Amino acid sequence: MAVREGLLSLLSDGPRYGYQLKTQFEAATGGIWPLNVGQVYTTLDRLNRDGLVGELAAAAETETAQKSYELTAAGREALGAWWSTVPVDEPPPRDELMLKMLMAIDHGRDHALAVVTSHRTALLGLLQARRREARQQTAAGVTPPHDLLAAQLVHDALVVRAEADLRWLDLCESRLLASGQPDRTDGAASERSEPAGPTARPTPARRLTRKARR
Amino acid sequence: MTDTPILQFVDVVKSFGAGVAEVYALRGVNLAVDPGEVIAVMGPSGCGKSTLLHLAGALETPSAGRVLVAGDDLAGLTLHQQAALRRRDVGYVFQRLNLVPSLTAVENVMLPLELDGVASRAARGVAIEAMHTVGLEQQLDRYPDDFSGGQQQRIAIARAIVGERRVLLADEPTGSLDTANADQVVELLATLPERFGTAVVLVTHEPRFASYADRIIFLRDGSIIDESSASDVPPSIEPLVGMLR
Ligand SMILES: Nc1ncnc2c1ncn2[C@@H]1O[C@H](COP(=O)(O)OP(=O)(O)O)[C@@H](O)[C@H]1O
Ligand SMILES: [Mg+2]
Repeated sequence: MAVREGLLSLLSDGPRYGYQLKTQFEAATGGIWPLNVGQVYTTLDRLNRDGLVGELAAAAETETAQKSYELTAAGREALGAWWSTVPVDEPPPRDELMLKMLMAIDHGRDHALAVVTSHRTALLGLLQARRREARQQTAAGVTPPHDLLAAQLVHDALVVRAEADLRWLDLCESRLLASGQPDRTDGAASERSEPAGPTARPTPARRLTRKARR
Repeated sequence: MTDTPILQFVDVVKSFGAGVAEVYALRGVNLAVDPGEVIAVMGPSGCGKSTLLHLAGALETPSAGRVLVAGDDLAGLTLHQQAALRRRDVGYVFQRLNLVPSLTAVENVMLPLELDGVASRAARGVAIEAMHTVGLEQQLDRYPDDFSGGQQQRIAIARAIVGERRVLLADEPTGSLDTANADQVVELLATLPERFGTAVVLVTHEPRFASYADRIIFLRDGSIIDESSASDVPPSIEPLVGMLR
C-alpha cells in the first residue's frame, strides 16, 4: 500500500477535507504511519490529475475556503482493483535478516550459527518485553492504551512476524547443524571455542530494521 | 539476589554409553535458578533439554559436576532421599501421559502425598486445593480420559505442585495440545511464581511460551550458548515498529 491507496480507501466512505484525511489515515494505520499534510495534498493532486479523485468547491455558506475531495467512478474502480490484488512475494522481498544470513553462510558455518544465535536472542528478548508489558497491564487492571482494533492488529502483526523470523532462524540452525560436523575436540566437557562471529550485540533497533516491502 | 538458588548446575556433564559410542548430552552446564524464577529452555532437538530436566529432577545422575536443589547436592542424597525430593520439592510435567488412567483426577493429585505417607483425608484436602489452583475443582472425581488434553495437563500441574513444591520442571508440556489449551497451560505455569513462589523450568519450542520467562536459556549441542533476560530490553514497541515500515 502507498499513501495513494490509503486515501482512495478513506474517500470511498464519502467526501473528505485534506486535513481530515491525514488524521483518519494515521488512525486507520494504528499509529505506525505518520503523515504530514503536505504529503496528503501532493497525493490528492496526483489522484486528481489521474482522474481518480475530484475536487468539490467549498460550500458557499462557509467562509473557510477548504476544498474537499471525492472519489470518481474511475477512482472507485482503481480501489476495487487494489482490494482484489493479492500481493505475491515474487521476486522474494529483500529481507534484511534473510540477506544477512545468506552473507553469513559465506563466512562459514560457525559464523552463520553465531548470527542465528544473536538474532534469536534479540527477537526473543523483544517478545519477552512485550509479554511482560501485557501481563503487567492485565495485573494492574489497566486497559491497554492500544485498545483500538487497529493498534491491536499492529501489535499482533509484530509478534507473529517475530515468531516467523524465529521459526526461520530455527530452520537455519537445523540446516547448518546438519550440513557438517562441528569442529569439536572429542572428549569430556571440552570447552568449545566461541565461533568467530559477531560478539558485540547490536541494538534491537538496528537488528530489526527492515526495508519497506513495497 | 542473596537467596540460595533453588536449583543449581555446576559444571555439569552428562554422557551416555562409553568409548566410541559415547554420546555427550550436556557438556559443562552452569545454571542457577532463583526461587520464583521462570526459566525457559530452548534449542534444537537432541541438544540436551530433557537431560537437563532429568538431572534437575534426580531422575538421572550427572557424569561430572554437581546438581543442587536448595543448596543440597543431589549426589549426597540416598535413593530414598532422592525419591522424597521428587515427591516434596521438585514437580515434573511431561509432554503427555502424566496421569494414571485408573485413578480419578483428585486421586492422581493425591498420589505423591500418599506415597509420602500423608493420610488419605489430609491428602485429599491438599489435593483439592491444588485442583482449585488449576481451575478444575468442580471435576475432582472424573477419570483422566474424560478430560481434554489441556485439562489433563492442568491436572498434571496440580500434581506437580501439590504440597508446596519449590520447583516445577515442565518438559514441552504443551507439545501435544492445541493453541487454546496450550495458552491456558502456560498462563497457569506463569502464575505459579507469584502465587506460590514456585520456580518453573519450562522446555518449549514455542517463542510465544518462552516469552513468559524471566530468562530464556539457549542450548546447542549440550552447551548453553546464549541467554535472554526480560530485563535486557526496554519494554518498547518502537524497535519492532521499524519492521513494518
Ligand atoms: N538414555 C539415553 N541413552 C543414550 N543417549 C541418550 C539418552 N538420553 C538422551 N540421549 C542423547 O543425549 C542427547 C540429548 O538428548 P535430550 O536431552 O533428550 O535432547 P532434547 O530433549 O533437547 O531433544 C541426544 O543426543 C540423545 O540421543
Ligand atoms: Mg526432549
